[in-house]
Amino acid sequence: MSVIVFTLIILTGSYFAGLLGSLTGLGGGFIIIPLLTLLLHVDIHYAIGASLVSVIATSSGSAAAFVKEGITNMRLGMFLEIATTAGAMCGAILATHISTHYIAILFGVILICSALLSLKDKTEKIIREKSYLAEKLKLNSSYPGNGGTVEYNVTRVGGGFFMMIFAGTISGLLGIGSGALKVIAMDTVMRIPFKVSTTTSNFMIGVTAAASAVVYLQRGYITPALSMPIVIGVLAGAFSGSKILVNSTSSKGLRYIFAIVISVLAVQMIYHGITGKI
Amino acid sequence: MIKFKDKDMQLLLGQVLRAGTVISVSIVFIGGIFYLYRHGHTIADYRTFKGIPDFVQYASGIFNGIFSFKGQAIIQFGIILLIATPIFRVIFSAIGFVLEKDYLYLGISLLVLLIIFMSMLSGHAG
Repeated sequence: MSVIVFTLIILTGSYFAGLLGSLTGLGGGFIIIPLLTLLLHVDIHYAIGASLVSVIATSSGSAAAFVKEGITNMRLGMFLEIATTAGAMCGAILATHISTHYIAILFGVILICSALLSLKDKTEKIIREKSYLAEKLKLNSSYPGNGGTVEYNVTRVGGGFFMMIFAGTISGLLGIGSGALKVIAMDTVMRIPFKVSTTTSNFMIGVTAAASAVVYLQRGYITPALSMPIVIGVLAGAFSGSKILVNSTSSKGLRYIFAIVISVLAVQMIYHGITGKI
Repeated sequence: MIKFKDKDMQLLLGQVLRAGTVISVSIVFIGGIFYLYRHGHTIADYRTFKGIPDFVQYASGIFNGIFSFKGQAIIQFGIILLIATPIFRVIFSAIGFVLEKDYLYLGISLLVLLIIFMSMLSGHAG
């Protein structure tokens, strides 16, 4: 395949990956890596490197908007970034040592889990429990809601922190943002309002991905010719997605379709990993 | 001195992130045009992992490549800038916390930077 055709295919695929990733909140990496490895037979290390770069682009681009609105809890993000960057560093080092078959299988498993989690209904809940650590770390905060400022407290800081080490490791190992795992840590464990946990997770994804990207960069996993159409495509797709999201409220049907597509891709990744084709 | 508050920090970080993304992706785009113009009709092959060409692996090669309009070198420069964007965001938050006199969070920001730095060294070692 000539470079120009190859680049155009990736550019188009990445655009849709970015669009779907932003509409469902799962991120573009989930589709990019199967697209590259299963369809275009790209080595999984190159795919992970390129996906990671696109993750940084979308995270930084959208975090810029969220931070200004004041929904992101910056202190919480900074504190948990200790866990995610440390995890990401371990993940990237692990990735250079373990066989690509295992990476493919693990990718499939995480993909299925994230698809299922994306179907879960999100209900906004505010807790007023006091937590010693949260107070010491000044994590309790507020955000601009529909009916004025909403105050909220944060609990189980230790558990959330531990979960973030895991999320960071997965992100570094598989080259995805692992936003779904970060949201579980904040939403389910630390009981943070959904709006805050999604934007704060997004805020952290860029730094987390950067911590492992510095390893990938030096190991020659990030190839410019392949990353170029992916970064541009995913970013453009994510931008379109954010415009659509503003205009429509219901995306329940879309989430189901996406979960099915993702599961099919996941099974393929696991199958190829087990049979040794990746 | 006017007091530096969380609101100012949010605006500052938002601007750092936006500028970093726009600048680096524009550089990637420009590099992409050069690359496709020069190599558009060669064959793409990423089936087996063989690292990346030497001239985009090392800083000196990338700089020489930019001045001789090598597409891949320009793209790689943009990508490095993109990776650096969230790291710059942490550096700016550290500065912001100094202005806010929040030394606990200054320490946390510095710790995050230290971990990224260690990660960089570990990539170099192997």
